[in-house]
Amino acid sequence: MSIAERPRHALRFRGRSFLALALAPEPPLADWMADLDAWSDKSPGFFVSRPVVLDLSALPIDRDGVAALVADLYRRDIRIMGVEGVDANWLGLGLPPPLTGGRPAGPLETIDAQRARREAARTVVAPEPAEAAPSAAAPEPPARAPEGPHSLLLREPVRSGQTIMFPEGDVTVVGSVASGAEIVAGGSIHVYGALRGRAIAGVTGNPRAQIFCRRFEAELLAIDGLYKTADSLESSLRLRPIQAWVDGDAIQITTLD
Amino acid sequence: MAKVLVVTSGKGGVGKTTSTAALGAALAQQGKNVVVVDFDVGLRNLDLVMGAERRVVYDLINVVQGDAKLAQALIRDKRIDNLCLLPASQTRDKDALTEDGVARVMEELKEKFDWIICDSPAGIERGAQLAMRHADVAVVVTNPEVSSVRDSDRIIGMLDSKTLKAERGERMEKHLLLTRYDPLRAERGDMLKVDDVLEILSIPLLGIIPESQEVLRASNIGQPVTVSNISSAPARAYIDAAKRLQGETLVVTIPADRRAGLFGKLFGRRAA
Repeated sequence: MSIAERPRHALRFRGRSFLALALAPEPPLADWMADLDAWSDKSPGFFVSRPVVLDLSALPIDRDGVAALVADLYRRDIRIMGVEGVDANWLGLGLPPPLTGGRPAGPLETIDAQRARREAARTVVAPEPAEAAPSAAAPEPPARAPEGPHSLLLREPVRSGQTIMFPEGDVTVVGSVASGAEIVAGGSIHVYGALRGRAIAGVTGNPRAQIFCRRFEAELLAIDGLYKTADSLESSLRLRPIQAWVDGDAIQITTLD
Repeated sequence: MAKVLVVTSGKGGVGKTTSTAALGAALAQQGKNVVVVDFDVGLRNLDLVMGAERRVVYDLINVVQGDAKLAQALIRDKRIDNLCLLPASQTRDKDALTEDGVARVMEELKEKFDWIICDSPAGIERGAQLAMRHADVAVVVTNPEVSSVRDSDRIIGMLDSKTLKAERGERMEKHLLLTRYDPLRAERGDMLKVDDVLEILSIPLLGIIPESQEVLRASNIGQPVTVSNISSAPARAYIDAAKRLQGETLVVTIPADRRAGLFGKLFGRRAA
């Protein structure tokens, strides 16, 4: 069969951004791993089908150590899609590609730093088609939404099994968030109805994010990486209108009335 | 204009097949041309509940794959002339359903019937998605307990995203049918109350089917409950639900079998 006259299509690579979870192990590694296991026990399936980036900048580690760590995480069903903070030459065949352009995570005070991070730090850009090696060439910058207030308004209830992912800013739901549904926002989350699912605010590293709801029955609250499950929440808050925020290293919750 | 209705729930065992048979029969009794279609390929039950299991020759899969004509597979009900059944295959699985084949069968059914009622399999996979794919209206069958309600919520999300209607940007008409409801147990707090379920699912209520021995009896003798005992509480609830589907506005009540009669029966049996 001849393929001589096949019409040629121009190959197009479009930027596409995915929000990745950044895992940053801390020394001693064994303790960190034990903490991770304890955490995973409480939230089984949390890492399934989520892109995860391994940030090794805080961990003194050698070439073999990286491979062992990636394998350890693989056994825990955590698939690493990229590694930050190690020598790119270490990441050969069978290991995830190196990622650059991510900035080390840390507390963010200024709005500018926040914005910079939102745009760069944890937003991983992969060229399309996805099979192309992300490290091969500098990908195009992601298509930016026009500058303006970043918020997402949902006028329908969020149903069980749905995930609303909005790393760009606040999410407002006029209606309820069902048990088994999930809202992930870069900013704050406002629910004018019952919050029965999971609310994950400040996911791009924003400790000033807050969660508000009219009726509190949530399965999990998280702000800026800190989280609380329904089990660890005070029962006096149930069914009440509440707000949640981060104070130091803990999530605080109080009723609104 | 033919209407395609899917009876769905997510969770199994909540009464999809019973409700499909009862609603289908009720709509037919109200003068409509009705076909009930079993989409539960591999675990067919609708033929049993309709009392047609001994007359199945060809099935939905045969028609979808072009091995039989639609007219050969349709089974006309013995009691109600304008009610037909399109059975599922028991020997195949859901992969035997093709999207094009189902679309073709649906178009053909729309020419012949006023109501096409699709009995969805449990779950959220291919079978359930194909059953809801062509629907204009959905009846979400829910029991008053938390797992059933959450599964129904998941299904409502899929009705709003995975159906042709949703993909065209139109609004899917959805109704809640609360089955196996026991007012006494709900009052005691053993069961979710009607208002709780409505508050969580926030779709309009089509009817409340009370928990009743009549439903089990009807299934076992192979008759829709609206045929086997038309004056029983569940039959009256289904008949009202069928009227609401056709646009009638009726106040939703919880029909009850006379309690005294029930106790009378119990005591009578014990004395005997």
